Amino acid sequence: MSADAAPARLVLRGISKRYASVVANDGIDLQVTAGQIHALLGENGAGKTTLMKIVYGVTQPDAGSIEWEGNPVDIRSPAQARRLGIGMVFQHFALFETLTVAENIALALDERVDAVELATRIDQVSQRYGLPIDPRRLLHGMSVGERQRVEIVRCLLQSPRLLILDEPTSVLTPQAVQGLFRTLRRLAEEGLSILYISHKLDEIRELCDVATILRNGRVSGSAIPRQESNASLARMMVGTELKECRLQAREPGPSQLELINLSLPTEDPFGTTLRQINLRVRSGEIVGIAGISGNGQKELQAAISGETLCPLRGSVRLCGQQAGRLTPAPRRELGLRFVPEERLGRGAVPEMNLADNCVLTGAGAGLVRHGLVQHRAARAFARATIAQFAVKCDGELAPAESLSGGNLQKFIVGREIRLAPKVMLIAQPTWGVDVGASLLIRQALIDLRDAGAAVLVISEELDELFAICDRLAVLAAGRLSACVPTAELALETVGVWMTGAFDAAALAASPDYVGH
Amino acid sequence: MWVISHCRWPWRLERRAKPSIAMRLASSPLAAVATVATGFLALSALGTDPIAAFKVFFIEPVSSMYGIGELLLKATPLMLCALGLAPGYRANVWNIGSEGQFTIGAISGSGIALYSGAAATHWAIPAMLVAGVVGGMAWAAIPAFLRSHFRTSEIFVSLMLVYIAQLLLSYLVHGPWRDPAGLNFPQSPPLPDSVLLGPLFDGMRVNVGFVIALALAGLSWWFGGATAAGYRMRVSGLAPAAAAYAGISERRNIWLAMLIGGGAAGVAGICEVAGPIGMLQPSISPGYGFAAIIVAFVGRLHPLGIVLASLLMSALYLGGESAQVELQLPSSVSGLFQGALLFFLLAAELLIHFRVRRTRRTPAHVPAANT
Repeated sequence: MSADAAPARLVLRGISKRYASVVANDGIDLQVTAGQIHALLGENGAGKTTLMKIVYGVTQPDAGSIEWEGNPVDIRSPAQARRLGIGMVFQHFALFETLTVAENIALALDERVDAVELATRIDQVSQRYGLPIDPRRLLHGMSVGERQRVEIVRCLLQSPRLLILDEPTSVLTPQAVQGLFRTLRRLAEEGLSILYISHKLDEIRELCDVATILRNGRVSGSAIPRQESNASLARMMVGTELKECRLQAREPGPSQLELINLSLPTEDPFGTTLRQINLRVRSGEIVGIAGISGNGQKELQAAISGETLCPLRGSVRLCGQQAGRLTPAPRRELGLRFVPEERLGRGAVPEMNLADNCVLTGAGAGLVRHGLVQHRAARAFARATIAQFAVKCDGELAPAESLSGGNLQKFIVGREIRLAPKVMLIAQPTWGVDVGASLLIRQALIDLRDAGAAVLVISEELDELFAICDRLAVLAAGRLSACVPTAELALETVGVWMTGAFDAAALAASPDYVGH
Repeated sequence: MWVISHCRWPWRLERRAKPSIAMRLASSPLAAVATVATGFLALSALGTDPIAAFKVFFIEPVSSMYGIGELLLKATPLMLCALGLAPGYRANVWNIGSEGQFTIGAISGSGIALYSGAAATHWAIPAMLVAGVVGGMAWAAIPAFLRSHFRTSEIFVSLMLVYIAQLLLSYLVHGPWRDPAGLNFPQSPPLPDSVLLGPLFDGMRVNVGFVIALALAGLSWWFGGATAAGYRMRVSGLAPAAAAYAGISERRNIWLAMLIGGGAAGVAGICEVAGPIGMLQPSISPGYGFAAIIVAFVGRLHPLGIVLASLLMSALYLGGESAQVELQLPSSVSGLFQGALLFFLLAAELLIHFRVRRTRRTPAHVPAANT
């Protein structure tokens, strides 16, 4: 290594950050050299995001020092980080839908730039690095992959020497991931250092030169990912061996959830209109819906849960009943349970304790009687859920917002499962959930299926869908592909379908297709 | 978030990991102390001896049994209106028109007394109270209906209805209900003695309305904590998306919130007219319905807090009156105290979720860009 000749681009020494109740970072050392693609690997809650916020100046460390190109620095704000030459692409983009690409970028730049000149510079950067975007286009028509390009171009315009990417592939199709990797390799060749945060082992092995693995706020190891296996990386990340979920073949029962020619115009100007969706989920099977969020996932969930009413009663059939015009409560009475992707604020009320959060959907299970909340029953219900699903929390009176994302998800999934679903709709079941909890949630869904429930999983994680689903369909631009047994489906096909390229003939041949 | 951290101020706000329980308890007293301190400065600036003024403002009004009775009397409409508003505010239903519902409650309750005249006997008082509740509810039902069917803002509709209610009252006392024996003053005939709410204790003017207000406080506590309807309203206020997810009907919350608020304000209105005022006149409230909004927030939308806050607000009203009489201070002094109190309360509330931290002084080492 040439680290002796020139100082490393970024050196962290003994970085510690403590929040009121948790130690997020505990004496972390990290060194990134010029032109290196450096993976930061770890489960959720391992401290990756906190560490990156420290490097980007969003928060300050309690202890430790940062050296930038050989000089000690104290990064006190993102603006200062950008002046130093550090750029960051966040997991969730802060872009304005109603503005053009150039306007969005102009807003985010620290200095004022002439609009025409900026557009030219955007064109140059985007051509040079294979990031095709049109600076004059409005944001709201753009896919998530395109938006990510906007964010990356925005960072590159400031000619950074270190680029931080936080889980950049969680929103991309397999093909788009490859495109991103080509761009990143090109940037690294030109000497840009890249800090790549992820928990996807395959990607890290493919892309990164070095990996630093975090566990519980500490560095638990570092590795050359190309020389490791998924299992060995996972062991460093989790600390124990992992076992895989297994799906035993099973004959499905009668159909419990049917969507029949469901078309739903959206009220949200930036939403997706659902077009002619046909789907059947039978008792004892798990059906998966793949696709990138923003292709109608939100609208489809709302149409099934009853948060949005369908124009026709017959568009949704639940357990043999026409349910298209029913609100969520009566649909729940028919046996539908729903775990939304937003846990805090939708699946649970942040400020309320876990027992009160059980009353949210548990009214039918005796938690409300004669118009009165049965506090004792709710507490017992919450305690049983916590025990059965190994939820880490300060008991049933802990506020929902005090739980980590993974534990809250376990609690919500547990709550809905303990309410005896006939039909279970679950969106992004393991988003931001650590590996151990993901396994537990996936196994719980499989157990539910084996007990005879009809399970519909909407997810962006293809690995997950391939692991637990009997059948799989893809939702793209508000249209649903044919639903095909997972065993007969190639990953590449799904990738193609995710771009919306599935033909009508295949659709019509599908057993779920009802026709006009 | 980092807009705050950009500035060069030596202090910065940092979000607490957990809301501070200590600050939650301390924020209201802290606001009260800051209000008093502001008053101290303002009174000094007016050339009044602040100590003497405070004595006149806060001590003298409650130094007699009569004064304490007045304190409770003035606290009653504030407490009733604020208790009615709180469940709605918790559910994100913003009834600003308590003052109008108060006025309509007063009109409909007095209507019963005026039309039954001498025939009014023991049944009349309950009937008037019920009429007051119904009148207030009916007035609140207008914004509830418009919001739930046409998505109009209940804030504006309820507020505008205040002025309509006041003009209706003005029309009645200038026109059809004017006392023929009233020397052309714009006022109704006095309500018959048989329907007036008598004092609870000798030597005080406080009436049965205060008992109703306390009962409503207890009821409201029970409603919020024990009933499913109260639970649903809390969920709607805390997390609207969770309410939609759970299938909680927004429409039902709106109706419930507006009717509770209207009913409580209506009963406050009739208790005022059948109590200390004794007749309808163009102005029957010094803005109780609006002050109740402050009371509801100073009381942190909690029944016990509202009971205490309405006593505090009532003391401010009384203090303002006595300061006017004895110190010739302008009547707007009590408005100043009310405004300062709400301002400091909202400011102190920030400290529940944020803490003030000193930023480190050491200058950052920023290397030149091209080294």
